[in-house]
Amino acid sequence: MAVLMEKTFPVRAGAYETAGEASTTIKRTLKQLGVSADVLRHVSVACYEVELNLVIHSDGGELILQVEPEKVTLISRDQGPGIPDIGKAMTEGFSTANEEARTLGFGAGMGLPNMKRNATEFDIQSEVGVGTTITMSFALKA
Amino acid sequence: MTVKELIELTGARDMTPDAPKDREVTCGYSCDLLSWVMAHGKAGMAWITVQTHMNVIAVASLMEMAAVIIPEDIEMEEATLEKARDEEICVLQSGKTAYELCALMAQAGLPGTPREA
Repeated sequence: MAVLMEKTFPVRAGAYETAGEASTTIKRTLKQLGVSADVLRHVSVACYEVELNLVIHSDGGELILQVEPEKVTLISRDQGPGIPDIGKAMTEGFSTANEEARTLGFGAGMGLPNMKRNATEFDIQSEVGVGTTITMSFALKA
Repeated sequence: MTVKELIELTGARDMTPDAPKDREVTCGYSCDLLSWVMAHGKAGMAWITVQTHMNVIAVASLMEMAAVIIPEDIEMEEATLEKARDEEICVLQSGKTAYELCALMAQAGLPGTPREA
């Protein structure tokens, strides 16, 4: 399927002050493209969670937005540190967030489950010392 | 209930006078874990939180909430208020506790959020 649009947003590790900016821009972009409110909400929640995960857990990475006629795809790619146990990380309530993140109200262990719940398709690949790639797609209903 | 009526009901201070006040408030909520709010937030929600940093506005904006209410006279950082004004998110500050605010809103007939299965 032809990709109508692709945009990349770099996300810095530990940049709590600007966290959410990429998600806000992505939401605005999709809204302008006429994506329905329902789909927009699902993309926004998943996008914000994955952006926050890059800020909290990664050594830095990027978010890629792809728009096709049938679906929106979000890809999060980072440069490490990787997740040792994906099963554990996917468990609601499990979190390895540091004290700073917890003080700000993050680290509830809801991030990955929230993404999975909101995406139509969800895939996570991770290798310790290499990095993590999360691919989420959202079906666009007519 | 509109945001304007919510302000009258709670006696809260309007920290973002330029944000629209005619928006309909659909439900009330109180929580300080942002990820939890992302999971359970709703459009049109009036959200009570003691968190005052920038990410509060990001969450409120992404969820298309009607208002954020800061209880117990807690001061929100100016940078956060500035972001709220940019995003046209209504921020209210109240001397009441989260519990008192919830009670007032519930008495006025504002519902909570239905639990999703």
